[in-house]
Amino acid sequence: MTATTERPGRPTARIEDPALLTGRGRFLDDLDPLPGTLTAAVVRSPHPHARIRGVRLERARRHPGVAAVIGPDEVAETLRPFPLSLKTPMPYYPTGTDKVRFVGEPVAVVVAADRYLAEDAAELVEIDYEPLPPVVDVEKALLPDAPRLHEGADGNVATDRDFEFGDVDGHFATADHVVKGKYTFPRYSSTPMECYAVVAHWQDEADGPAVQAWANFHGPFSMVPVLAGALGVPASRVRLMIPSDNGGSFGIKAGIYPYVALMALASKYAGRPVRWTEDRIEHMLASSAGSDRVMWFEAAVSADGEVRALRADLVDNVGAYLRPPEPSTLYRCFGNITGAYTIDAVRIRSRAVVTNKTPTGLNRGFGGQQLYFGLERLMDKIAEVCDLDPVELRQRNLVGSEDFPYATPTGGVYDSGDYQRALEMLLKNADYQALREEQRAARERGEYYGIGVATIVDPSATNIGYVSLATPAEQRTAGRGKSGSTEHVRVSVDLNGIVSVLLGTVPQGQGHATVAQAVVAEQLGLPLDQVRPVVEMDTATTPWTVTSGSYSSRFAPLLTSALVEAGEKLAETVKVAGATLLDVPPDEVELADGQVRLRDEPERSVLFRHAAGLVHWDPGALPEGTTARLYEEAAFTPPQSKAAGRNDQINSSLCYGFVAELATVTIDAETRQLRLEKVVTVHDPGTILNPTLLEGQIHGALAHAIGGAMFEEMRYTDAGQPTATFMDYLCPTTAETRYALNSDHLETPSPLTRLGAKGCGEGSSMSLPVAIANAVADALAPAGVDITTLPLHGNVLNELLNDTDNERDL
Amino acid sequence: MKAAPFAYVRPSRLSDAIAELAETRGGGKVIAGGQSLTPVLAMRLARPDTLIDINSIEELGALTRSGPALHIGATVRQRRVERDPLGAGVPLLRLALPWVGHRELRSRGTVCGSLAHADPAAELPAVACCLDAELTLTGPNGHRRVSAREFFHGAMTTALTPDEILTSVRLPVATGGEGFGFAEIARRHGDFALAGVAVRVRLRAGRPEATMTAFGVSDRPVTRDLSEQLAAAVTDGGDGLAGRLKEQLAAVVEEIVDTDGDIHASRDYRRRLLLALAGRELSKAYERARDGAEEVTT
Repeated sequence: MTATTERPGRPTARIEDPALLTGRGRFLDDLDPLPGTLTAAVVRSPHPHARIRGVRLERARRHPGVAAVIGPDEVAETLRPFPLSLKTPMPYYPTGTDKVRFVGEPVAVVVAADRYLAEDAAELVEIDYEPLPPVVDVEKALLPDAPRLHEGADGNVATDRDFEFGDVDGHFATADHVVKGKYTFPRYSSTPMECYAVVAHWQDEADGPAVQAWANFHGPFSMVPVLAGALGVPASRVRLMIPSDNGGSFGIKAGIYPYVALMALASKYAGRPVRWTEDRIEHMLASSAGSDRVMWFEAAVSADGEVRALRADLVDNVGAYLRPPEPSTLYRCFGNITGAYTIDAVRIRSRAVVTNKTPTGLNRGFGGQQLYFGLERLMDKIAEVCDLDPVELRQRNLVGSEDFPYATPTGGVYDSGDYQRALEMLLKNADYQALREEQRAARERGEYYGIGVATIVDPSATNIGYVSLATPAEQRTAGRGKSGSTEHVRVSVDLNGIVSVLLGTVPQGQGHATVAQAVVAEQLGLPLDQVRPVVEMDTATTPWTVTSGSYSSRFAPLLTSALVEAGEKLAETVKVAGATLLDVPPDEVELADGQVRLRDEPERSVLFRHAAGLVHWDPGALPEGTTARLYEEAAFTPPQSKAAGRNDQINSSLCYGFVAELATVTIDAETRQLRLEKVVTVHDPGTILNPTLLEGQIHGALAHAIGGAMFEEMRYTDAGQPTATFMDYLCPTTAETRYALNSDHLETPSPLTRLGAKGCGEGSSMSLPVAIANAVADALAPAGVDITTLPLHGNVLNELLNDTDNERDL
Repeated sequence: MKAAPFAYVRPSRLSDAIAELAETRGGGKVIAGGQSLTPVLAMRLARPDTLIDINSIEELGALTRSGPALHIGATVRQRRVERDPLGAGVPLLRLALPWVGHRELRSRGTVCGSLAHADPAAELPAVACCLDAELTLTGPNGHRRVSAREFFHGAMTTALTPDEILTSVRLPVATGGEGFGFAEIARRHGDFALAGVAVRVRLRAGRPEATMTAFGVSDRPVTRDLSEQLAAAVTDGGDGLAGRLKEQLAAVVEEIVDTDGDIHASRDYRRRLLLALAGRELSKAYERARDGAEEVTT
C-alpha cells in the first residue's frame, strides 16, 4: 500500500504564485501557437429582439486588411445548431440566423490583420433589422400573448416538469401552519479578470474537417461534444488545448464554446487561424450569467416548527436560448433540494423560460444560490410564524449526525456530516446570544441592526446524470442514460525520478497544482520538488471523458481520488524495482524520504530515482511479471453516481458538504446605507487538503456572494437594454469587503472519496446572499419590511422603507 | 474596444498646441491624464480626428502658490496635489481628493482634466465651485478667465469653446476662521457620487457665512449660500447642530436635487442623502471654523 500514513492538510504555499506574481504567467493572449494567426472582431445585435431582413458584408470585405467576413448565411450553411439537452425546437447557433434574440448576440465576424482594422471594418457591416417587441421579465414571458422568441416552439417555456416524492398533500392537509413565500433571485455574473479568448484553426483534411482550438475554457466536459455536434464532426476531430494559466472563470467560461465554433468557422473562410479575445463590454453584454429565478415555496409545518413537506415552483430565466448546460441550473441541486433539513416529502415544478436576455450558464454555486435564497428565506419566515428564533427552527429540522448516509426524498444521499455540531460552532464563534443582546440595545437606540443565518448543504462532484431529469422518464431512451462524476490523471516518472502529474481538471486559479503536488509527494514519499504537476489540457493527449473539467468543485473530491489510485499503481512498480535492488521481497519495502527502504530496517534503502532508473535502464532485472511501466493512469469512477431512476430520483452529486453562516448588518437610519459588519462561517468540506487554499476559496466565495447580495446586477430595461459596463455593474472591491470575518471548519471525511475530501469553493457563494438577506430582513423587521429579492443597498432599502407607512423623516 | 483611427500630436509649446487644436476645426481633443478620455476612445464613443497631447508642455505642469491662490496647471496630477505641501493651502481640495476614483487613477488623472470633463457627479468641479475658483481658458485669441460657477453649463458641457484649452485653475488659499467639509455617498468607494457636498464656512465677526456645493444631484455642481440657514441653526444653540441644520436645509435640498433617478439612486433617495450629508458636513465645517483659531474680522 501507500508508503505514508500522514494525511494531507499542510498549508503549503501555492506553487503557481511565483510566476504569476512576477508577470511570467502565460495566458492564452500571451501565446501565439500558430504564427500568421489573424484577429477577429464580432458584430453584435443592438436589438433585444429583431428579425434579420438582410445582411450586406461587401463594404466590410473590401476594407483594407480584411481577410474574411462571415454572417448568418455562412453560419447556417456550414454549422448545425448546437445539440441541446432537450428536444425543444429552439435552435441555437453561435450567431443569430433568422432573428436576433438578445442585445449583444453575434451576427457577423470580421477577420483582419489586427483588432483595430477588424473593428473598423465591423462598422461597415450593414444589417437590416426589423425590430420585434422584446420580453425580458420571466413572468411576462409566460403570458399567452407574450412575444414569442422561437417560432417553432409553442411558447417561451423550454422545459416544464413536475416531480413529487412522498405524501406531500397528506402533510399539507394535516399541517398546523402552511407558510408561503415568493422570492426573486437576480441575475449576476462572475466577471473574471481575463475574459474569453480563442485561437481556432479549421483544417480540411483527407478524411474530413478537423478543428484545432486553444481556448481559456475549463472543460472539455460536456461542451466538447456540443461543439463537435455543431461542427458536424466526431468529438475526436476537435482538438482543444487549454493553457495552464487561466485568469479566472468561476463557471462563466463554460459559455465560451459557441465562440470556438464561430472562430473555427471564421478560420475556414479566412483560410488562416483566427484569434478572438473578448473585451469587457462583450463579456458584460453577451458571455453568460447565472440565471435569474422566480420561485414560489410552501412549507407544511407542525406547531413546534417541524417542516414536514415542501412545494417548490421554480421558474428560471435562461435568456434567449436553452444553451447547454442549461437547464441544469434547475437540476444541479435536485438531490439536495430539501437543503440541510429532514423534509420527507416534496413537490417540485421546474420550468426554464426563454426571454430576450443573454443566455445563462454556470456561475459559482450554480443553482445553489437561487435555491437557498428561497428555502432559507422561507425558513426564517417559518421561524417567525412559529415564534421561534431562526437558529432554533433550524436546529429542530437539521439532519442529525446519526442519520448519515442520509437519503433525501429526491434521491440525494448525503455522504457525511455533523450539521448540529457545525451550527453549534457557529453560535459559539459568533457569540450569538451577545449579538442578540447588541441588537436589542441597538433597537432601543432606534438603530437598524440585523442578524441573518443560513445553513446549507454544499454539493460537489456533480453527477451529470441530472441533466436527464429535464426529459420525462418515459421519453428517456433505455440504455442511453447519463451518469458519472469521473476524473482522470496520468502520473509518470522520468529517468531522474521526477514524477510528472497530468491532471484532467483544468484549473482557473484554484491551485490544483499545489494540492496535486502535495498529494502525490506524500503518497510516494518524495520531497515536494520531485513532483511536477502539469495542468495544461490537450484533449489529444490528456486522459479525459465527457465529465472532465473544472466545475462543481470536482477537484478536491474526484481528482485527488484519481491521484491516489494512480499513485498506488505507480508505487507498486517502484517498490518492486527498489526491492530488486535491495534483493528483498517487494512487500517488505516502503516509500519514504525519497527512498525505497525496508520497512523494518529503514537504513537499508535505495533512492527512489535509482529504483525508477532500474525500470528505465535495466528492465531485464525486474522479476518476471513486472512490466517496465512508469506511467499510470487512473479514472476515479465512484459507483454512487448513477443515472436518474424511472421514478426521477437522482443522487445529483457525489459529496455534500455543509456551511453554517451568519451575517450581521447595520442600516444607517438617516442615509439607509447598508453595511455588512460581520460574517461568521463554519464549513465542513470533509478532509481539508490545504487550509490556505480553503481559506482563499472561502474569501473568494464570500466576495462573490457580497457582489450578488449588495452590488452586482445584470439589469435590463423593459425595452431589453442591458447593463453593459463596470460603471453600472458594480463588483465589490477590497474597500467593500472589509467586514469582520471569522471562518472555522470541521471535518467529517467523505467515505466516498479517497482522501475524504469534498468541494469547498462554492459553499459561501450559495449561503451568504441569503444570510445577508435574512440579516437585512431581521434589521428591518420592526419597520415591517420583508425581503424577497436582491441586491440590497441604500436605494432599495429607501424604497422599501418609503413603501411602509413609516416616518418620512426628511 | 479599440479606438477608431486618429492622428496624434505632442507639442512642447502651448502656442503650438493651440494652433494644432485650431487646425482641427473642432475635430481635435486635448489629452492630459486620459483617465476619462481613453475609455471613451476605446468604446468609440468619441472619435476625434486628432489627439493633442499636452503633457510635454512644461509650463502646464506648474503647481505654485501665487499670493492668496494655489495655481494648478493643466497637466498637474491629482495625486501630486494630494501629496505636495502646497496642496495643504487649500484644505477643501485635500478633503476631496481621496474621494476621486482610486489612487491609481489619481496618479494619472489631472485636476484640470476633471474640471474640463465636467461630469456632474465628479468631486473636483464641486470643490472649484464651492471655492469660487478661477479657470484660465487659452485659445487663439489668448487667455480668458472664467469663474468656476460660470464654467459648468451642464453634464459634460462647459464654457470651453472647441479651440480652447483649460490651462490652469486658481483656488483660494484658506485663511483663519475658515472651516471646510466634504463628503459623498457612492455605491462603492471610488465610484461617482450618488450625492455629495463641498462646504465652506467663514466666521466674520462671529457671523457665519456658509457656501455649499452639491454634486451628483443635478446636471452640474449646484452652489448655494447657506449663511442664513447656518445662522438660524447656530442661534438655536445646544447640541445636535447637524440635526437642526437638516430642518433648515430641507427646502433648499428639495430644490437642488433635480436629476432623474437611475439604477443606483432615485431622486427621492438622492434628496435623503444630500440632506444628511449637508447637515453633517456643514456642522463639521462650522465647528472647524470656530475651533480654527482667530476669526477674520474684516
